[in-house]
Amino acid sequence: MRWLEDWTPGEAFDLGSHTFEADAIVDFARDFDPQPFHLDEAAGKASLFGGLAASGWHVACAWMALWIANQNRVMADLTANTPAGEPIPIAGPSPGFEDMRWLKPVLAGDTVIYRSRVLSARASATRPEWGILSIRNEGLIGDAVVFHFTGFVFMPRRPQ
Amino acid sequence: MTETTRWFEDFTTGETIPLGSRTLTRDEIVAFAARWDPQPMHLDDAGGDASLLHGLAASGWHTGCILMRLFADNLLAGSASLGSPGIESLRWMKPVHPGDTLTATLHVLETRTSSSRPQMGLIRGRFEIVNQHGEHAARMESTLMMGRRTAA
Repeated sequence: MRWLEDWTPGEAFDLGSHTFEADAIVDFARDFDPQPFHLDEAAGKASLFGGLAASGWHVACAWMALWIANQNRVMADLTANTPAGEPIPIAGPSPGFEDMRWLKPVLAGDTVIYRSRVLSARASATRPEWGILSIRNEGLIGDAVVFHFTGFVFMPRRPQ
Repeated sequence: MTETTRWFEDFTTGETIPLGSRTLTRDEIVAFAARWDPQPMHLDDAGGDASLLHGLAASGWHTGCILMRLFADNLLAGSASLGSPGIESLRWMKPVHPGDTLTATLHVLETRTSSSRPQMGLIRGRFEIVNQHGEHAARMESTLMMGRRTAA
């Protein structure tokens, strides 16, 4: 991760992709979203989705895993380039998100490409050591955006 | 297929629907985080203690997924659910620690029919997740698509 001050509005991250195999769609849905169109091919075909469809939570969780993997790569570079004894920033939790949309179904075998873009990095009014990073996150199949949301994360401010 | 017992017409603006409870174990919290959200605060005590969460705490996505499961088991099963177009907002308000018991409710904010898709109605709701101390752990506003009885 980086200090709050190191994030620039407009900066974009290509996070890589996640392929939603049928077995994984069903496993996730059994645990967290056991609705027929997430569990069964025939029920999916008969639904508005037109096929076995991944739970929207599954689509969101795949973004989270790729975001953390991306940030861990940034962190590894930072750690390698930071003198011993200097503090390393560690991201805080998220207070929430807004405007999550599942615009098109993610069906068995689909590969979703994820990307994120920095909207703002603002100091926190209530926590002087922290700020809030706002990021716009998208998932695409081919050129079509199928998923997006705006997320918020507490980021530590650079020590004075 | 099980018989459909709850349709769009069965939801009333202003009603509050209980969605049941679930206790999260340490193993579940760590397993979920290892797969989907591997940050130190979700993986072990040392990472949790050093964070704003003051102890090992569940990924917020895990809390959201548990809410989804309670909603699916206790309301959507046997309903005419057609899925959801999205979530307007979700706020994580208190950390969820191992052993916490989460109780969920759905408050129906608005019901409306769709002119473009007369076979479905839209239900906008506020979901609340409260822990065993009566504190709000999370709050979510979301829209559901539900089949209409008259279209069956």
